[in-house]
Amino acid sequence: MSSIYREEDFFTNNAPVPGELQSLRSVSPIGGVVTTNLDKVANWARSTSLWPALFGLACCAIEMMATSAARFDLARFGSEIYRASPRQADLMIVAGRVSAKMAPAVRQIYDQMPDPKWVIAMGACASCGGIFNNYAIVQGVDLIVPVDVYVAGCPPTPEALIEGINLLQQRIAAGIPRPEDPIIYAPEVVSDPNLGRIRK
Amino acid sequence: MTQTSDESANNLVEEPSLLDLARFPDVRKSDFRTADNTPVFIVPAALLLEVMRYLRDEGRFTLLEDLTAIDWQPREPRFQVVYNMIALERQKVIRIKVELPGQEPSLPSVTGLWPGANWYEREVFDLFGINFEGHPDLRRIEMPEDWDGHPLRRDYPITGPRRAALPANWIKLEGR
Amino acid sequence: MEDLQIRDAWLDDAEDESNDPGEESVPEKELMTINMGPQHPSTHGVLRLIVTLSGEEVIKCIPDIGYLHTGIEKQAEGKTYMQALTLTDRTDYLNPLINNMGFVMAVEQLLGITEQIPARAQVARVLLCELQRISSHLVWLGTHAMDLGAQSTFLYGMRDREKILDIFEMCSGVRMMTSYIMPGGIYADLPPGFEQAVADFVQYFRGRWPEYGAMLTTSELWYGRTKGIAVLTPEMALAYGVTGPGLRASGINYDVRKMFPYSGYETYDFEVPLAKNGDVYDRFLVRMLEVEQSLNIVEQALNKLPGGEWQIADRKIVPPKKWEVATNMESLIHHFKLFTEGFKPLPGEVYARVESARGELGYFMVSDGSNKPLRMHIRAPSFANLQAMPVTLEGKAMFADIVAAIGSIDIILGEVDR
Repeated sequence: MSSIYREEDFFTNNAPVPGELQSLRSVSPIGGVVTTNLDKVANWARSTSLWPALFGLACCAIEMMATSAARFDLARFGSEIYRASPRQADLMIVAGRVSAKMAPAVRQIYDQMPDPKWVIAMGACASCGGIFNNYAIVQGVDLIVPVDVYVAGCPPTPEALIEGINLLQQRIAAGIPRPEDPIIYAPEVVSDPNLGRIRK
Repeated sequence: MTQTSDESANNLVEEPSLLDLARFPDVRKSDFRTADNTPVFIVPAALLLEVMRYLRDEGRFTLLEDLTAIDWQPREPRFQVVYNMIALERQKVIRIKVELPGQEPSLPSVTGLWPGANWYEREVFDLFGINFEGHPDLRRIEMPEDWDGHPLRRDYPITGPRRAALPANWIKLEGR
Repeated sequence: MEDLQIRDAWLDDAEDESNDPGEESVPEKELMTINMGPQHPSTHGVLRLIVTLSGEEVIKCIPDIGYLHTGIEKQAEGKTYMQALTLTDRTDYLNPLINNMGFVMAVEQLLGITEQIPARAQVARVLLCELQRISSHLVWLGTHAMDLGAQSTFLYGMRDREKILDIFEMCSGVRMMTSYIMPGGIYADLPPGFEQAVADFVQYFRGRWPEYGAMLTTSELWYGRTKGIAVLTPEMALAYGVTGPGLRASGINYDVRKMFPYSGYETYDFEVPLAKNGDVYDRFLVRMLEVEQSLNIVEQALNKLPGGEWQIADRKIVPPKKWEVATNMESLIHHFKLFTEGFKPLPGEVYARVESARGELGYFMVSDGSNKPLRMHIRAPSFANLQAMPVTLEGKAMFADIVAAIGSIDIILGEVDR
């Protein structure tokens, strides 16, 4: 085991894989730790080949489809194909409003994605509940899954989504750590996101 | 409101083929303003199936456009279930309303006449809590199965009752 | 023996429902219940289908909806009429302008100003609604063909749809959720360059649209996957309340634009395509022909687009123009009252229907005299169309036909669940 990494720095909700080289573990190194060249190459490779999971829920899904279409081609940034199965994807773009019935499915899809994985909350509804501050909509998908990048808009134009993906790519390449998973600090909210934030 | 003989004669002259009010004396025209020139009739719940069968078979109102409900709280009767129907060959529309009390509202289901009413009635049951007798499969359709309460009622809070003062609500999201 | 029964059901006349084998005729161990969705590439949204299969044949198909329930109807009860307009964009998110049109028709009937809408606004509304219908059908064709394997149609469709979205962005600044059609007229005047852009688009698209049809119908595979699949008889369609291209493909001529014309549709010369069989291929054909008719309407509307006002002059309903607000005290007060309190229609109810790309979209609004609607109910065409879909499949289709059937009904879950 390499000694420059402290175990408690590797905060993850998955059990660490025993016996492998630390730098090849599927967790980005956390805060303040010197990264090796191998890590940098790995992060660069991850950032430039993000394959999104096909997770369009509502109106933002149409703009996500437009982003992958001919004019705003997303494939030139590495997202060559949207994988229908979450087990083959590493980016979940939550495009659209998450309703009370859909929330467990969102969490399940997120759990089914293998590490490393990232989440973009696309649109106002995924970021904060959007214009729907009511009983049916989860007020922000970050109550259920940890979100890396929020893209504003209703729906965000494809240019905005591409900027969000570029921002995420820069974060991955720089090795910036992911936010905490809400299941660690608020498991009762993840299981019932309608408990979420109060809005007056 | 019962019809006197000359009132019923007048109604026969106005809409002779739409709904024969002389035949259904307990049905009355609605006095709430309709802004789209649709004749609206208020039918008691017990007569609903008979009136609907008459309308579908003899009035040729074959297309049930819409089935919904209105919550008039605090006015009684609290609920009104609204049926919009079209007779395509005659290009006529009609609206039927059934008034229901606030306590245990219940009325017969029209799924026997229009199978398409199935999901509409499930939705009204889910969102208003109105029971449809004779519905083959009355369960929630929009909300999760274990949801409490009926969201579209006027006394249901818009943000939902579970967005309450639980410690989870004051989460400072440390992970950001 | 049970296998033979199912094969007979497959071959028999689709209208003969007594051949539906049901679950009893197949031994229990041969049935498999699988779950399609809510996250699925072909369900066009968050639709969950619980499908009971015997091998590849579909025995039962039960849709489970509610995964996109947004409480729009409840939310609208807490908003003024102008604010609720923005909610209506998001129900059927492929034709937001037509949703706005339906809502605006309902509100204008409640206010009693339907006759006062200026001609420029009426023609512009028709033009924009038909453009919206074309763009919706482009997405339908792209996703439907992509589900059945023809992936390039999707890219072509999106490319041409971008041109329409450019026109919308030119008018309102927003590509999709424009809320451009508002009670009293349209939100702002059509910009300079609008007519040229629409004329260019019509000319360009007339040459392109036959390519789409040719790309698909010259392929034997397309016929094999769409002919005879998911037949919807006219009686079934009426019994389930199916409207729109699904109903017209079964032979019933019901188009809201012809039967209950609104916004001047009676002055345009267009045809309503009908088909006989009611299968997937017919629904495809009806929509393809509808796009051509929509192009005709767009051209006619462009030719007769008059100048003049684009909103009614009643300042109690429509906000005054910005330059008036800056100089005129009354306009300032009207602006203030409208955006804080909003207009108050007299108590009444109305059911306004428009023809969306999916069928008859209805808005049932009840006003109690206050500035917020008492009840806004949206009669979504996809709700009824989706209810009728299992009937076309159970006992008569293979598993892959479910995908074709869903694509052909063209559902949008946003309006199914609202």
